[in-house]
Amino acid sequence: MTAATDVEITFDHQQSAHCESGAIAALLRHAGLSISEPMAFGISGALTYAYLPFVKFGGLPLFAYRMPPGRLIRGLTRRLGISMCMETFKQPEAGMRALDAHLAAGRIVGIQTSAYWLTYFPPDMRFHFNAHNLVVYGKRGDQYLIGDPVIDIRVECAADDLRKARFTRGVMAPHGRLYYPQTVPAEPDWARAIRSAIRYNAGMMLHTPLPLVGVRGIRTVARKIRHLDPTKARYNKLLLGHIVRMQEEIGTGGAGFRFLYAGFLQEAAEVLGQPVLREIAEELTGAGDIWREFALHAARMCKGRMPMDFGHLADQLQACAARERQVFARLRAATK
Amino acid sequence: MKRESVPQDHARAFMGHSKILYAEDASGHLDRAPSDGWEAEEIVLDQAIAEYARQAAAALAAARAGSGSTLAFHMFDQRMDMLLLAQSTGYPRWRVRRHLRVGVFARLSPTIRARYAEALGKTPAELDRVPESA
Repeated sequence: MTAATDVEITFDHQQSAHCESGAIAALLRHAGLSISEPMAFGISGALTYAYLPFVKFGGLPLFAYRMPPGRLIRGLTRRLGISMCMETFKQPEAGMRALDAHLAAGRIVGIQTSAYWLTYFPPDMRFHFNAHNLVVYGKRGDQYLIGDPVIDIRVECAADDLRKARFTRGVMAPHGRLYYPQTVPAEPDWARAIRSAIRYNAGMMLHTPLPLVGVRGIRTVARKIRHLDPTKARYNKLLLGHIVRMQEEIGTGGAGFRFLYAGFLQEAAEVLGQPVLREIAEELTGAGDIWREFALHAARMCKGRMPMDFGHLADQLQACAARERQVFARLRAATK
Repeated sequence: MKRESVPQDHARAFMGHSKILYAEDASGHLDRAPSDGWEAEEIVLDQAIAEYARQAAAALAAARAGSGSTLAFHMFDQRMDMLLLAQSTGYPRWRVRRHLRVGVFARLSPTIRARYAEALGKTPAELDRVPESA
């Protein structure tokens, strides 16, 4: 063991909606690049909709509103020409030593962890999700000083807990992943990165070969909900609750990242000098409002505060799909 | 969503914390807006937690009656299911399913028990214990 030396690196902690976009934006801001969370999320091209019935969580299919973990950081840094240093470890001890060494060298790092073993989370918010991201900015005695993007205050975590969180096994196992930007261009080509990201996203939402991703994915789920078997009341409630949790609870900034993406479009309108993007942002915010209403109604139906009505929920999702089709078609035209 | 309609439903699970949503300010600009809970989220979170609690309670009753293993209780108590436990230990599902049986669990080797203990954040000895009936 190396001697316990206390380190605290000056770090501006800012709470964000989502862990991955929040952590990478914080690291880039620390490296001197001024970037907001919506901008980071938008340029990553990570917005999507995906219904993956063959991936199960607690026996329920996966509903995703963004690309798999890791793609956000990769998409963002690739488009901006940032080179990242990523390290993973076979041995937990080596992973903890490396973290200490980075801190001792005055470097803040992002790490991937399980959300379940982070003891500073409120107990009811702890679930087995292996791709949480946070920033470590120091160590005091046995406690790591952490800027967790989704938590409003700075937090601390004991070394043993953090080790467990960094080295859980299973799907998306973090393997102690640790990352930081290596070279950051002083003036990246924002306009090019933004256009590339918007075109990529529009392609994904509009033109996917499988009816499981993008606008067609939303329509598939709408049909699935419309035809749920009313005799399986228990499963139906679990399924709807699960959908709402994926959309709202898992740090999405509201409406399954739609509000976050609309924020990106507003910023993009300024950078590109295209006021039309502001209008499209408003349209997407409108779609987000329908997503929120769907979530509220679905949740109330689960709880018995509203009569269960699959047709109504399916109609709401079809309305989301129609709006998003229009939003992404307009985005495609605007970035030709 | 307008900033003034960002829900503040004081969710118990947040324990006084709040999360960030993006909402429109007076000029229509989308910006960070804290929310300390929302009815919809609270309902579905309670539902998910109740489901784990229900499974844990059933496993606990079975363990006390001797018809189920204490491992099954700890699995649900740590918000896992059989698939997740298999992924967290690296054992194939059929083996985990077998290990969860009360007779098989009682005869597990210390190595295998240690692997389950590690995945569940327990000591191997703790795997045998279940809470006293309250």
